[in-house]
Amino acid sequence: MFWQQLLNGITLGSSYALIALGYTMVYGIVQLINFAHGEIYMFGAFAGLFLVTVVGLPIGWALLGAMAFCMLLGVVVERVAYRPLRGKSSRLSALISAIGVSIFLSTLMVIIAGTNPRNYPDIIKISNYQLGAVQFSSLQIIILIISAILMIGLELMVRRSRIGKAMRACSQDIEAAALMGINVNRVISFTFAVGSALAAAGGVMVAIYYNALWPYMGTMAGMKAFCAAVLGGIGSIPGAMVGGISLGIMEIMGVAYLSSSYKDAIAFAILILVLIIRPQGLLGQKIVKKV
Amino acid sequence: MDAVLSQYIDPYFLRIILIIGINIILALGLNLITGVTGQLSMGHAGFMSLGAYTSAILTMNYGVAFPTALLGGSLVAALFGFFIGLPTLRLQGDYLAMVTIGFAEIIRVFFLNFEPGGKAVGLSGIPQETTFLTVWGLVAVAVFLNARLLSSRTGRAFYAIREDEIAAESCGVNTTRLKVTAFVLGSFLGGLGGGLYAHYMFYIDPQVFNFTKSIELLNMVVLGGMGSIPGTILGAVLLTILPELLRVVAEYRLMFYGALLVILMIFRPNGLLGDVRIYDLKKRWGLGKNK
Amino acid sequence: MLQINEIEVYYGAIHALKKMSFEVEQGNIVTLIGANGAGKTTTLKTISGLLRPKNGSIIFNNQDITKTAPEKIVDLGISQVPEGRRVFSTMSVMENLEMGAYLRRDKKGIADDIENVFTRFPRLKERQKQMAGTLSGGEQQMLAIGRALMARPTLMLMDEPSMGLAPLLVKEIFSIIKEINERGTTILLVEQNAHMALSIAHQAYVIETGEIVLSGTAQELLNSDEVKKAYLGG
Repeated sequence: MFWQQLLNGITLGSSYALIALGYTMVYGIVQLINFAHGEIYMFGAFAGLFLVTVVGLPIGWALLGAMAFCMLLGVVVERVAYRPLRGKSSRLSALISAIGVSIFLSTLMVIIAGTNPRNYPDIIKISNYQLGAVQFSSLQIIILIISAILMIGLELMVRRSRIGKAMRACSQDIEAAALMGINVNRVISFTFAVGSALAAAGGVMVAIYYNALWPYMGTMAGMKAFCAAVLGGIGSIPGAMVGGISLGIMEIMGVAYLSSSYKDAIAFAILILVLIIRPQGLLGQKIVKKV
Repeated sequence: MDAVLSQYIDPYFLRIILIIGINIILALGLNLITGVTGQLSMGHAGFMSLGAYTSAILTMNYGVAFPTALLGGSLVAALFGFFIGLPTLRLQGDYLAMVTIGFAEIIRVFFLNFEPGGKAVGLSGIPQETTFLTVWGLVAVAVFLNARLLSSRTGRAFYAIREDEIAAESCGVNTTRLKVTAFVLGSFLGGLGGGLYAHYMFYIDPQVFNFTKSIELLNMVVLGGMGSIPGTILGAVLLTILPELLRVVAEYRLMFYGALLVILMIFRPNGLLGDVRIYDLKKRWGLGKNK
Repeated sequence: MLQINEIEVYYGAIHALKKMSFEVEQGNIVTLIGANGAGKTTTLKTISGLLRPKNGSIIFNNQDITKTAPEKIVDLGISQVPEGRRVFSTMSVMENLEMGAYLRRDKKGIADDIENVFTRFPRLKERQKQMAGTLSGGEQQMLAIGRALMARPTLMLMDEPSMGLAPLLVKEIFSIIKEINERGTTILLVEQNAHMALSIAHQAYVIETGEIVLSGTAQELLNSDEVKKAYLGG
């Protein structure tokens, strides 16, 4: 029972981690909670569905297509709703603008697709395996492998590549980064693109795993993933991964051993506790108020 | 009085005028927290639900007189405002926003499981005690006290916190106590609005006080003018009437809300009547000179 | 080489620079001295393109760079050692130097220049894998200078390189600045430590509340009574 729940928790948690990465990267650079990030994840799920059912792509290509689409969407959102505010307005204004985008995108999808949940057609043959008392499906394995590849790829990119280093430089000191000749706006766009692609991958996989997608799926998932990012330490990429997976495990365990009726409150209770007890999160650096 | 009025005024309009009043009270509370003091609260519906449930249970189950029950509900909301206000002292603006969302979600999940509150079904048959006179009488009192408060020393300090917390602190403003005060007063009004709402609608359930409700209230403050009393009133009036006019296109209405927030933040971050900027600055310099 | 023509810069409602004009000639060390809050850092930020002047123009090598983006300005040959060093503290010394060469694509040249920086600052070589945040103040200043050199600037802007350093280190840093200049890099140096700055500079300007109030050769200013009284402590 315990190991079974642990596996389910990790599977759920890896999707939180994929979304949390986008929050954490964007927050690290522009100190903005990108409220629309959950909606990008939802759009990813729908873009994948569209590519599978309407265009008729195989699921692998649909996943990549959804990621590409959301990259574009993320960049457009940043251009239209955040960039005009940057440097001119307070953080409060930027955050309110982000909420506006979030509402806009979720209702846009309601208009496009209606409120009824949909699901992916049976495109993947799922086989079940048994290992001791733990039952797992090929789907779970695929999700875990794809998540791992994406996260390792991201970590390598940020550590080794030129643009990755520029991202780190921007997240530490955006002005000093500009003085190095880094095109800060381009780095910010790139960060939104990468974060959105990861969220899209999460969206497609969650929609297949739970066999449901609907326009408001991003609101709650996005907020929970934000809690995961804070739990891990906002601004820290490994933190988002650890935070996401921990949150997934805690949620599943909470439902299994305590009560299912409080499931949606767990993430927020963790958020509040973390912010009171250890605001820098598990792996984050201390938050210093800039004077 | 209401009976007399309804002879002359269409009941539909009477209803809208009443709801406008309730929304003004709710928005004035949020304006104190977010508009005036600059602490972004996205969980105002949480305070509203506390006031609504508490007062409804008091009148229905304990036979408490309506005014006392209303006061009780407001006090419970204020108490929670105090506890939510406390951790915020250590948090930066956007973390606070997440905590307030988390708080409202936890409250909502709590009422979903709360036996005396009828769980997900909610409470029905609440006595309709809220009248035209009570609502607008209370609006008058709330506006009067708000105006008094904001032109006082405390009010100036509230604005100073919004403009520059660190500067305010260095001017000797006790930001800690004032932020909590703003939360307590704001949530008191939130609870009051909730109690009035419950005793007007006959019926409440946890979904009434969801995240969308919080955003709707935030929209009123932002649209009308952050920190301005006439602005908040205008925002509440417009955003109560507009949805009624747009009732046919309910989904587009939400999309419009979202776009409105983004556009406002880009072009008029201080809202329609938020041209209090120069006035604010004067106050700020005035405060600076005193010390 | 660099002409600043009547620039006006605002921070919100604060008028930070008021019709400021001055000039930097090729090959020189030019210093701007003045008290805290006089507008020195604002001036450098404006030249680097981090702030936009409301009026006036900035001409670099006969090219108007008033509205040019910061990264283009670096590309044209102006790099800056910012106030307070601003090294990337959770990146290694090596990575910090690489960031300085961000716009360059010549791998060989970059590697050579890193070697040059290490020859000039042997302490950095020893610590090349260490996080920049763990370095001492003096080492961070060296790193910030080395990082700015990595862009191969023809004009280097330096903002208070002596800030927070022990007198011995200040001397060392200033002799390094002189050496960099002797190898052909023009330097615009902003300093509160007027004595040190004037001792190595060719040309100097005194700035007060956003305006140039005095200018001349460094020698002239060292002998001027006003400067002696206000900035040299006697």
